[in-house]
Amino acid sequence: MNMNERFEAYIASDAKIEPKDWMPDAYRKTLIRQISQHAHSEVVGMLPEGNWVTRAPSLLRKSILLAKVQDEAGHGLYLYSACETLGVSRDDLIADLHSGKAKYSSIFNYPATSWADMGTIGWLVDGAAIMNQVPLCKTSYGPYARAMVRVCKEESFHQRQGFQILLALCNGTEEQKAMAQESINRWWWPALMMFGPRDEDSQHTEESMRWRIKRFTNDELRQKFIDMTVPQAELLGLTIPDPDLKWNEERGHYDFGEINWEEFYHVIRGNGPCNKERIAARQQAHDEGAWVREAALAHSKKRAAQSSTHAA
Amino acid sequence: MNASNAWPLWEVFVRSRQGLSHRHVGSLHAPDAEMAIQNARDVYTRRQEGVSIWVLPASAITASSPADKDCLFEPANDKIYRHPTFYDLPDEVKNM
Amino acid sequence: MAAQEHIRYIARLGDDAVVLGQRLSEWCGHGPILEEDIALTNLSLDYIGQARALYTHAGALEAQGHGEDHFAYFRDEEAFENHLMVELPKGDFGFTVMRQFLFATFAYLRMEALAGQTTDPELAAIAAKSVKELRYHVEHARDWVVRLGDGTAESRERLHRSLEQLWPYTGELFTPDAVDTWAETAGMAPDLARLKARWDDVITAALTEATLGRPEDGWMQAGGKAGRHTEHLGYLLAEMQSLARKHPGVTW
Repeated sequence: MNMNERFEAYIASDAKIEPKDWMPDAYRKTLIRQISQHAHSEVVGMLPEGNWVTRAPSLLRKSILLAKVQDEAGHGLYLYSACETLGVSRDDLIADLHSGKAKYSSIFNYPATSWADMGTIGWLVDGAAIMNQVPLCKTSYGPYARAMVRVCKEESFHQRQGFQILLALCNGTEEQKAMAQESINRWWWPALMMFGPRDEDSQHTEESMRWRIKRFTNDELRQKFIDMTVPQAELLGLTIPDPDLKWNEERGHYDFGEINWEEFYHVIRGNGPCNKERIAARQQAHDEGAWVREAALAHSKKRAAQSSTHAA
Repeated sequence: MNASNAWPLWEVFVRSRQGLSHRHVGSLHAPDAEMAIQNARDVYTRRQEGVSIWVLPASAITASSPADKDCLFEPANDKIYRHPTFYDLPDEVKNM
Repeated sequence: MAAQEHIRYIARLGDDAVVLGQRLSEWCGHGPILEEDIALTNLSLDYIGQARALYTHAGALEAQGHGEDHFAYFRDEEAFENHLMVELPKGDFGFTVMRQFLFATFAYLRMEALAGQTTDPELAAIAAKSVKELRYHVEHARDWVVRLGDGTAESRERLHRSLEQLWPYTGELFTPDAVDTWAETAGMAPDLARLKARWDDVITAALTEATLGRPEDGWMQAGGKAGRHTEHLGYLLAEMQSLARKHPGVTW
């Protein structure tokens, strides 16, 4: 057996790969792409919710939202760290995000225009993310799997707080309920797009499944998400904006309408409502922080030099 | 930005409660040890996961090589007499 | 019912906390590095938590059925009695950490004294919890002030500028008004002159270590405790209160 064959056999036995183990270049590249994309999604994902931190309608909601957005920064950090074990630097990854070379979840290119969006993002967007993420706790690359265990543990409050926001709105005034429905109308389809293209159009699925980086296909996860979410929407008393949505007794699943794939590909290509703003905001934070990062490093070098002169 | 301008990487170890040893939980970037501790507190113990934190520069770690895995660890395989289950004792001896 | 001064003293502690918490929350998602983004959000969460406890206590003393959110969301600018320093815009990261250092050191010493008094046990309990948070804030900010003061030429210049901008707002921290005097006489609040001596020691030592030096005391700005604010507070409140005020009386 050559190295590649041994690797494939090793992975097929469900064993974990650790940073210094031999791995095919393509496996490493796929991981870097997927983990960094995931990290970028967490960090860019802070922005739409960050948009409501200063306007949250109660001090408790403000605290919860802050804690949640902060978790996303933490998740970004865990994932960047996992990615760094593959021999890339966080700075390079961030440079790729800013240049547009690296992708992130397209969902965050939609604007969060109402408070109800804080509920919807938690319920639908985090709900969809959890569907994608739970299987990743068993992904074949050890540091990624461990980061995901941490992420999933912390995420569990995110979806609940989102659902609770919507529940409060749906149990509230007519205006509040309308706010919730309007929000679901905007986010439902983009949430379904989060699972990526249809299996037959997905370029990475087959290989990623074989390497156990991915453990379910896009369409499987999308169906699972819909099946789980529809009863919850009924509980809230909200209408899902899909006239074709109905239970299929034979399949044991919900049938649903066609996703607007043209929109999907346009948003990925950078034409979503907020693509440019999101990257500009990240770039600005990074640029405005440059002097801080430089100064902190300069200070630590000064201190190190001082202590070595003292020691000498 | 090139790599020399980046803050160094630190590995973080957290003792989750008194009586347990510190366990590796992840890593972060910090310009100095003080900030590495403060950041580790904010990043890895937001949910009361710890009572004590160690940080050490990732560059200070020497790791065994995966290529040596066989020669380092396999020789222990056949030393089964090191495990208590190797020894069959009469049933009359209850706890030993 | 509790004395008006008592209620005002507690509510203004809450005002300081909520306004500073709001300012710090503006960093969320925009910090200079991910690690520090997380740290700033933690600070913000601490202040908002303190504000909630203090407002709840003020509401209980007032006994008119006002909860924490009434104080934060349904009072106008002139009813807020926070120190002017906390309402100034967040500025660059250097301004934020310098303000944190100057203000948190004051807040820490104040809370430490409030934790030790017995006139208002509920306040003492809130203060005992807050003091632990604030001790960390002081340490975090002090480290940054030294790091950036003694970092690069640019960082030193930026920090120096922030210090000059903030210094005129430090006088108000230690100038007692009628409410402060009432609270001190009641055995609740510390003597601000004695607090200042300790604050001076901490601040001077750190500014020296940061190679910045301590500015001369000149004309000091004041008015916050009397509800006379800078132009900035109105915008901060307009933003913070907009949604809550659009739907008064609802549950979120």
